[in-house]
Amino acid sequence: MRTAAGALIAALLCLSASPALGMGAADAPPHTSLPAIERQVMCVTCKIPLEVAESPQANREREFIQGLIDEGQDEAQIKRSLVAQYGPTVLALPSAQGFDLTVYLVPLAVFLALLATLTVLLPRWRRRAREQAGSVLDAPRLDPADSARLEADLARFD
Amino acid sequence: MRRRLLPIIVSLLGACLVGLLIYGVSHQAASRTLDEAVHQGKDPLAPDAGQTLPELSDAHSTSLASFDGKVVVLNFWASWCEPCQEEAPLLERAQSQLQSHDATVLGVTYLDASPDSERFVRQYHLTYPNLRDTTGDFAHSYGTDQLPESFVIDRQGHIVAISRGEIDQAFLNRAIALAERS
Repeated sequence: MRTAAGALIAALLCLSASPALGMGAADAPPHTSLPAIERQVMCVTCKIPLEVAESPQANREREFIQGLIDEGQDEAQIKRSLVAQYGPTVLALPSAQGFDLTVYLVPLAVFLALLATLTVLLPRWRRRAREQAGSVLDAPRLDPADSARLEADLARFD
Repeated sequence: MRRRLLPIIVSLLGACLVGLLIYGVSHQAASRTLDEAVHQGKDPLAPDAGQTLPELSDAHSTSLASFDGKVVVLNFWASWCEPCQEEAPLLERAQSQLQSHDATVLGVTYLDASPDSERFVRQYHLTYPNLRDTTGDFAHSYGTDQLPESFVIDRQGHIVAISRGEIDQAFLNRAIALAERS
């Protein structure tokens, strides 16, 4: 009984593993695609994103990338290879090092500064609005004669 | 005082942003310090001479400093650059003359994939050494932002002539004359 159960488990394992075994490294689906990489890199001579570049050099870069995809390299490996060939300017997004770090830090700093400014100014504006509303409420009331005349005028316009 | 504090802080932040923008733009722009110095006859030292760069043909690395004592025509190029294709035969012809006077052309590829550069070398039968500037830092230190650009460096490592653009025979003759008389 135990032997039969063992044989069944082994058969199931073989069945579940067979598609992976049947598929060699060469048949494995690529880790990434050309459009996915094109979006992240620049045409180094035209200085525009590769996905919109139409030039002989852009096509050479595409061929180079396609070659790496065919070799089975993933996104990170392809980007490393591109940097090794063309330098860091090939990447559409600058590295988070040195002066390039400002690309990431400045928008964050501006956002925080705006937030801080609003935190300071909003209560001040609300206080001022409240004060103005209060001053309207505190305005002297019309005396009965003026009030009657106003009502009469308004009725005439109806 | 508190009422003034906020506008002061906002103004300071704005000034910092403008300063950062100016620094970024000036940092990215190609420097023309070398050109001015050569124009004034000051013959500046070739920058980053000690920086090692990988050789195009094999896995070794070398630097401009290893050509110390030679007259060097430093030529920045790339296979996709059409003027580079025009001047390659000129440079190769000059190399045969320079070699006999302890001088050399030294090519440095910039923004170019090595298989493309190697194909270029084979196509134009270039025999002079070629290095790869993989980061662009070496080219940047020479103010190079367009290709081709060439620099004549004397035996003491000083830049004596600069060509921003395609070179002509007159430029190369100057380097050959320098090699012959020094």
